[in-house]
Amino acid sequence: MPAPKERKWDELKGWKELAEISPGAIVPGVPTSPEYLTGDWRVERPIWDEDKCTHCLLCWVFCPEDAIMLNISEDGKVVKMIGIDYDYCKGCGICVRACPPKIHALEMAPEEV
Amino acid sequence: MAKRKTTRMALTGNEAMAFAMKQINPDVVAAYPITPATQIVELFSKYVADGEVDTEFVPVESEHSAMSACVGASAAGARVMTGTASQGLALMHEILYIASALRLPITMCVVNRTLSAPINIHCDHSDTMGSRDAGWIQIYTENVQEAYASTIVGVRTAEKANLPVMVTTDGFVLSHGMESLDVFDDEDVREFLGQRKPLYNVLDVDNPITVGPLDLQDYFFEHKRGQIEAMFEAKKHIYDAHREFAEFFGVELPVFMEPYRLDDAEYAIVVLGSSAGTGKEVVDDLRDEKGMKVGLLRLRIFRPFPYEELQQVLGKVKYLAVMDRADSLNTMGGPVATEIARALYHFSERPIIHSFVYGLGGRDVPPENFYEVIEKMQWIAAGNTPDRMVTYVGVRE
Amino acid sequence: MAQKAKTLRDLARMKRALAPGHRACAGCPFPVIVKLVMSATDYPLVVANATGCMEVTTTIFPYTAWPVNWIHNAFENAAATISGVEAAYKALKRKGKIPADKEIKFVAFGGDGGTYDIGLQALSGALERGHNFLYILYNNEGYMNTGIQRSSATPKYASTTTSPAGKVIPGKLQWRKEITDIIIAHNPAYAAQASPAFWSDLIRKVQKALEADGPSFINVISPCQPGWNYPPDLSIDLTKLAVETKYWPLYEYKNGGWKVNYKPRKPLPVIEFLKPQRRYKHILNRPELIEEIQQEVEKRWERLLKLEEAFPLKE
Repeated sequence: MPAPKERKWDELKGWKELAEISPGAIVPGVPTSPEYLTGDWRVERPIWDEDKCTHCLLCWVFCPEDAIMLNISEDGKVVKMIGIDYDYCKGCGICVRACPPKIHALEMAPEEV
Repeated sequence: MAKRKTTRMALTGNEAMAFAMKQINPDVVAAYPITPATQIVELFSKYVADGEVDTEFVPVESEHSAMSACVGASAAGARVMTGTASQGLALMHEILYIASALRLPITMCVVNRTLSAPINIHCDHSDTMGSRDAGWIQIYTENVQEAYASTIVGVRTAEKANLPVMVTTDGFVLSHGMESLDVFDDEDVREFLGQRKPLYNVLDVDNPITVGPLDLQDYFFEHKRGQIEAMFEAKKHIYDAHREFAEFFGVELPVFMEPYRLDDAEYAIVVLGSSAGTGKEVVDDLRDEKGMKVGLLRLRIFRPFPYEELQQVLGKVKYLAVMDRADSLNTMGGPVATEIARALYHFSERPIIHSFVYGLGGRDVPPENFYEVIEKMQWIAAGNTPDRMVTYVGVRE
Repeated sequence: MAQKAKTLRDLARMKRALAPGHRACAGCPFPVIVKLVMSATDYPLVVANATGCMEVTTTIFPYTAWPVNWIHNAFENAAATISGVEAAYKALKRKGKIPADKEIKFVAFGGDGGTYDIGLQALSGALERGHNFLYILYNNEGYMNTGIQRSSATPKYASTTTSPAGKVIPGKLQWRKEITDIIIAHNPAYAAQASPAFWSDLIRKVQKALEADGPSFINVISPCQPGWNYPPDLSIDLTKLAVETKYWPLYEYKNGGWKVNYKPRKPLPVIEFLKPQRRYKHILNRPELIEEIQQEVEKRWERLLKLEEAFPLKE
């Protein structure tokens, strides 16, 4: 998922505004967590080799961050990986282990500081 | 204000509250039986079984789950009611705070009973006083008629303020005491209450929301501040709900308090609940037979605390006896006394206040208790200073 | 009729994952479980969540990762809370305030603390009353949110901060209680045990549970990287090893019958599952304790096979 264009929660809000938009402390307009980036948690990053990828989606299903970006065709029949969203990827490495060894389209590399 | 049709019935407090609940026909009732509130749950189950209501009744396995299910149902936009007492209310304690902070207008009939230990099933106010800071509006009633009407107006109040409401009766005294009362027609009650308009709704799947998130140092205080403001605003909603009730049914209820012969009073007693009836008789006797300038104030709504209204009626009183049917175990007496002292200290004109604790664990409350209270206040008026801020009435030394 | 996912493509098309930006630890697998549960069908969902890691890390105000309606009440009452939501749904439908053809499904998520221990009573009550809801236990075998304390789901000899491996005592001394058996004793409409590595089995179970008429329960293993103390890329591998060693049998219960969904042809010794987890490091050189665990795994597995044989699941 690309970083959201609209950022509604950057400014801390006062109680009067919250009483209107967040009565009982609810969060409206969910999900809002894409406004919070977790990419800086990484110490290692997965590198994707598009040429080797068979788009089996195993990395996508086991990614806890929903950071495997997909392109879904309009008729829904073609689902392809298009990359890794480093805004959110925490670098856990699950995708690398999920990628079938014979395909080996994902590899961990040190995070560039 | 045209008076609506009423029917005279003889009912106990529990029967009257259950009858009001039947007329209200809430969407969800989740409840667990406990003495002395059990009959409310039993009678309501029978209304469900007989098809007199189309409520979804959730016979939960504990009061904790009762309040938890009420929270879930109320967050789903339903009109929700329950009932409990004593240990049951204490077991709900954790969730009471959540119901109010989530701004859920749950209406709960509470039959006042003391808290263990020692275990005792009879009346005092230690249970609801223990919940006084949970963010619920609290209505204490004096008789069965008022308990019935307050249950109906309680729902209206809750839904206007978007805060939960407790309506209480004194255990056994009212809950099991039969009185004749006038009840409205089912249709009128349902028309009066209309539809609930929730602040939010977790069943609105097309507009998803997150209810009950984690709030940290950056947001908790602002959300809490909003809830606190809702309690300030609740005063207006309480007045409005009672005015609308009076206009619709043609029946007036006292709102925050019921002053009794307080004009020109030098001595006054503050008391909650059913004991006020006995207190009023003593006031009549002292005024009419002995010529004392004595009055009484029955406090009906304890949360939000009506400090301005109290000052208006008590500001000119010289000696004020505050009678609590609960002790705060803080060596200063009862919670009502503490709060009235705080409220009146805000104003320059204020009486000398002494706390009296009476009637714990269902101890009978005879007129002698009130005479003793007034005698003690006369002793203070004579220039004596009590060793302690509190006097215990009706207990063997 | 709701759409049911069968393939990974189907799951991706549902677009119902926890949104990114949540604060679960790197490699924590519960977001995978949530994705599989939410994407198994396209039913509108209302979720109740017990207090715990999942609730805390996914809803730090104002950032919530939940794309569906979600409610958190307290720690011990997710089942009671969802009971209330479901009761409201029934009542409002009956009163015509919700269209009769609008079908919503109710799911509660709780960790093992909120399920085995503090929330057991509320869950038992909700199961007995027969509310129509699916309870998902994401089982990380300890009170991980408060810093890795023992729960009654913690397995024997695991070291936690309240059952630490010491000079005298080798970690927790009690066997994990079998929560799925306890749930089955309520005769729910459906109950199962599942593992994220076996995603296809898991979504099939979610679909069966949501179609069942009455309460349903799925106990899903969910390793905790800091709590079990292993490299974070192994989370899903561990959920596979748990099944291949028979430590975590995949089975289901319905209509009074059991079915073991997967019987490893060459089961691995339990040490293969224990070895990567440093919560067991103090017993890895004590073969007699490993053997004790192996025997317990065998005992429980055999019992399950006997149940399946005696009471086979009939759809």
